[in-house]
Amino acid sequence: MQATQTMLAMHGVSKSFLGVRVLHGVSLDLAPGEVHALVGENGAGKSTLMKVLAGEHVPDEGTITLDGAEQSFTHPAQAQAAGIGIIHQEFALLPHRTVAENVFLGREPTRRGLVDRRAMEARTAELLTELGESGITPRTYVRDLPVARQQTVEIVKALASDDAPARVLVMDEPTAPLADHEAAQLHALVRRLAARGLGVLYISHRLREVFDLSQRITVLKDGRHVTTVRTEDTDTDQVVRAMVGRELSAYYPPRARPGEAGDVRLTVRGGGNARLRDIDLTLRSGEVTGIAGLQGSGRTTLARALFGAAPFTTGAMTVGGRDLRPTSPRRAIRAGIALVTEDRKAEGLALRQSVRDNALLVTRAVPARGRPPAARDLTALLERVRLHARGEDQQAQFLSGGNQQKVVIAKWLAARPQILLFDEPTRGVDVGAKAAIHTLVRDLAREGLAVLIVSSELPELIGMSDRILVMAEGRLAGELPAGASEEDIMRLATRGGPAAHPPVPASPEGSA
Amino acid sequence: MTGTAVAPPTVAKSAPPRRTRLADPAVGVWLAAAAVTAAGWIVVAARGGDFLTLANVVGILQNCVALGLVAVGQTAVILTGSLDLSVAYLISLGTLVAATTMEDGSVVTAVLAVLALSAAVGLANGLVVTGLKVNAFIATLGTAFILRGWIEDNYTGPAGKVPASFQHLGYDRMGPVPVSLFLLAAVAAALWFVTRRTRFGHHLYATGGDEHAARLSGVRTRRTVVAAHVLCSLCVGAAALFLAARLGAGAPWAGTEARYDLESIAAVVLGGTALAGGRGGVAGTLGGVLVLAVLDSVFNQLGVDPFFKNVVRGVVIIAAVALYARRGTGRPA
Repeated sequence: MQATQTMLAMHGVSKSFLGVRVLHGVSLDLAPGEVHALVGENGAGKSTLMKVLAGEHVPDEGTITLDGAEQSFTHPAQAQAAGIGIIHQEFALLPHRTVAENVFLGREPTRRGLVDRRAMEARTAELLTELGESGITPRTYVRDLPVARQQTVEIVKALASDDAPARVLVMDEPTAPLADHEAAQLHALVRRLAARGLGVLYISHRLREVFDLSQRITVLKDGRHVTTVRTEDTDTDQVVRAMVGRELSAYYPPRARPGEAGDVRLTVRGGGNARLRDIDLTLRSGEVTGIAGLQGSGRTTLARALFGAAPFTTGAMTVGGRDLRPTSPRRAIRAGIALVTEDRKAEGLALRQSVRDNALLVTRAVPARGRPPAARDLTALLERVRLHARGEDQQAQFLSGGNQQKVVIAKWLAARPQILLFDEPTRGVDVGAKAAIHTLVRDLAREGLAVLIVSSELPELIGMSDRILVMAEGRLAGELPAGASEEDIMRLATRGGPAAHPPVPASPEGSA
Repeated sequence: MTGTAVAPPTVAKSAPPRRTRLADPAVGVWLAAAAVTAAGWIVVAARGGDFLTLANVVGILQNCVALGLVAVGQTAVILTGSLDLSVAYLISLGTLVAATTMEDGSVVTAVLAVLALSAAVGLANGLVVTGLKVNAFIATLGTAFILRGWIEDNYTGPAGKVPASFQHLGYDRMGPVPVSLFLLAAVAAALWFVTRRTRFGHHLYATGGDEHAARLSGVRTRRTVVAAHVLCSLCVGAAALFLAARLGAGAPWAGTEARYDLESIAAVVLGGTALAGGRGGVAGTLGGVLVLAVLDSVFNQLGVDPFFKNVVRGVVIIAAVALYARRGTGRPA
């Protein structure tokens, strides 16, 4: 990159929290129209670096230069006024306010001292049109929008600076909550923005999209700059090696050998509820069954139905050979079923409680009855899941995503389940911890557990599963053997429409 | 349906679910007030009474004034996700300060003194909640204790005297309408205007909706919460002035006897404002106040014993909030 093209430069940025240094003199630059990807394990300092740029943290050392002028931001509003927009990992939208109110939050246009709602809505509509996003009206309440649309609103909000045209857009894991087709829409939007001369700093764990989108990749590790490379000059292996500092020879542990799949642990015949129909499913010990499908196809609903959280209302189900259709999670747990939920923070952990309390949550809540006694030895259990924590007293909220997930898994293992259901097992988990979780899952299957994995990351699903069931519109659209290609899966997942199915009776509820 | 030919698979994303106006608590509570009034009219008429006399309606509205003023202020605080439990003692102290100042000073001085006192208490509440990061429940409860101590130490009973000129506020009417109702209307209109039409109002909602998100969007959330507390206390000061005019003197029990602290929170919640903040508004709160006042009036006319009266009030409040919770569950899992 030539120096004349540099629009934004961060130089030698350091930052400590409570004496712990999280950034060690990191430098980064960005050209107009460039998508610059920032990758690294959780805790590598990506988000902190971006928060420094966005004025949320004041750096201890280092400079930020935008268009040749040095900047020192002490409040997010200043960074935004200078043309730097940031989209946070967690949504920063108010669900009960309208799109326009969210977009202009903190800088509502006024006329004679009063908020000029009309101008606000007109400008929002204008911005949405500029981005080529139809279908969002400024007066819609954010709670009524699907997640992907909310993401768009976040982008509009980040770009809608009134003082200066937006120059830089920082996106921190924007596709984490999105399904594949929604992510594709977002990618298209990012490309359109870059084509208009916006510089995009893009943080993601999904390396495939990093390679699809970016012109350059910067790798951070332990708060230090490792390397910045042109995307076309590198490949996934090199980047992963730079991220973890070691070779990840095989991404996925070997699959089950023939004969390893054992007894039937769970069966469903003709299972259905408000959003599922005609589910026939068999889970065997020693086998990892993958569930693929588009967002809204019923993947998560299926896992929740098996776990009794959103029970089947029709059909027959057996668990461990006995007839049982769990009507509550408590019954499912008693029967030896465990569910690692998609939303770790809201459904998996008591964030302000210690690692110990979290790991013992299930065994304390559901005392053993007709099930082997709970694992008493917590330390061994935490070692088993290879948890990296400061101690058993550390609060779950301070762990990285990967370690939080390990605590969730430990929580279930303490209850000695026979059937383990995973919904998005590695969402928001860094590469190193991902591999550890994959290995753990395979080990558990090898020890005789029946495992079911729901994942929207197809490589993970293909890498982990001994067979893959594809869902579409609340039904199982087909089954594929181990090692099926992504194309096969997508073909089944998208093979919808009335022609492929017997007529579906009109159901009153739509899916939101 | 099943009989028709292959339907075109073009049905795009369903439009956002249309929310009827009825589902909006601010509308619902006014309908509830109308329903309670109708029910009261029927019940009272069945006993041979007449509920909707001019005198009775005016009485109901007059009874709304004090609680209405407090609840409107409380709305501003609750919208930010905070709470004020010190309002009852602030009212008591306000009436005492007003009456004693008026006894040997001018009315204007007294009004200013009460408003200054209120603003100071609100400022203190706000600063303790935002600066010391004490939970609002505890912070304002602490303020309530402090005010109570002050009152008990300095006043043994009713004190001061409100001149006839100021008692006009409590007793005068313009035609059939009590003057005090204009005070409530003015304060409520002002608050409604502030919450709906100003940037500060938008920031109130944002702070209560998600403080972190609001801060990251450049909203000065602390300042917003402090201002909301000051605003609330000023409304409480207005209520104290009204009650002083009504009582003709200051009284240590002026605010506590009617339990304006919990009563105002009940009215706010009944009006559809979320206790966690971020949703609701002044219009709903006024509806909530009206529902409580109409219920009161019905029970008084029927001569129902106070125990049963409170049971019904409790049931109404719980039922209302349960109803809102059902509506507010957002998207299905």
